[in-house]
Amino acid sequence: MSAILQAHALGRRYGRRQALAETTLEIPRGHVVGLVGPNGAGKTTLLKIACGMLAPSSGRIEVLGEQPTGDPAQDTPTYAGLSVRDHLKFGAKLNPRWDAALAKARIEQLGMDPKQKAGKLSGGQRAQLSLTIALAKQPELLILDEPVASLDPLARRTFLRHLMESVAERHTSVILSSHLVSDLERVCDYLIVLVASRVQLAGETENLLAQHYRIVCTRRAETDLPHALEVIAAEHTDRQSTFIVRSETEPPAGDWSAEHLELEDLVLTYMERALDPGHSTTSTTGEPR
Amino acid sequence: MIEFHLDARSGIAPYLQIVGQVRNALLLGLLVEGDKLPTVKEVVARIAINPNTVSKAYRELEHLGLAAAKPGVGTFIARSLGEASLAEHGPLQDELRAWLAKARAAGLTRPGIEAMFQSTFRESAEEEK
Repeated sequence: MSAILQAHALGRRYGRRQALAETTLEIPRGHVVGLVGPNGAGKTTLLKIACGMLAPSSGRIEVLGEQPTGDPAQDTPTYAGLSVRDHLKFGAKLNPRWDAALAKARIEQLGMDPKQKAGKLSGGQRAQLSLTIALAKQPELLILDEPVASLDPLARRTFLRHLMESVAERHTSVILSSHLVSDLERVCDYLIVLVASRVQLAGETENLLAQHYRIVCTRRAETDLPHALEVIAAEHTDRQSTFIVRSETEPPAGDWSAEHLELEDLVLTYMERALDPGHSTTSTTGEPR
Repeated sequence: MIEFHLDARSGIAPYLQIVGQVRNALLLGLLVEGDKLPTVKEVVARIAINPNTVSKAYRELEHLGLAAAKPGVGTFIARSLGEASLAEHGPLQDELRAWLAKARAAGLTRPGIEAMFQSTFRESAEEEK
């Protein structure tokens, strides 16, 4: 059983609104997975279903080989009125696998006062407390919804340093959502682009970057490019055409320049494509077989 | 001990950036045979990158024969790049300095000089193939 998360035709409706549709994913173990997409794309819905906090309306999902049970091991809210020490005490009571030594050591390392109420902590400290609780539960998979969204750049970097340290130490798999592609680029080695309730792109970041090219040439139609190149996006000026293409192999030499894209451009290309009303919503998911 | 950094704007894969930084450190004599590289955990705890990226870079260094892993102990530099040490190429560097002075005198600025170097470097690498 090597998949950390397997979803087949997963969907969720809220009344008439389809929050998540036709989501098929197979995420291998041992990755830090970045889930990226605009607000309202369905990221939180997918993560809540994966945590077992929300039931899907259609399709199947398995997390760590089982149906998500609603075990809140991945959801770690903090409570403003409770002290840091109380949070750890409750964590220990509610979780049989609780690593009290780890929790205590992390709080000390972070320089937090155990008597401090969570409501008085800075945003960065609250995020660290939440991460501490999550890590002390010793999960195989950590699911984090926008863990750094409200943090300033320094607190964000500190949080990610601690998270990566734990991943290195415990080989925890992580799925985290964010819209900060620059952060995802550093810490994630697997990427899922979710737009308009559908997965547009998923795979190991390095493979995705290796398979996409920007081709710049004199103005021409898509159909004049070699057929092996799957055109993801095309833009034309009066003289020049720019194509973003996906190809398993390097594009053949021709009267064009072909260069790889940066991750941010790759993500934006798929976002724009999905939001373009002229484009069909067929999704490109998964690794090439 | 060597410290790594990551340039997100470089367009170079992160693991290759680490490989390149080790290679540079070897060329500059900052790292020599027998030096221990930081553990994966130490690197990620400092610069917040994916641990697999560091492991991959270290595997690549092993593959290149530049580093060797001792299980349970760490990864160590396997050989110095002594023969290519920059310090031993003083005369070449002097020539480069003289050339740079000429280029500036001819009105070239940094972007122009870099572009010229890169295009000439590419052409010459092509010719040698």
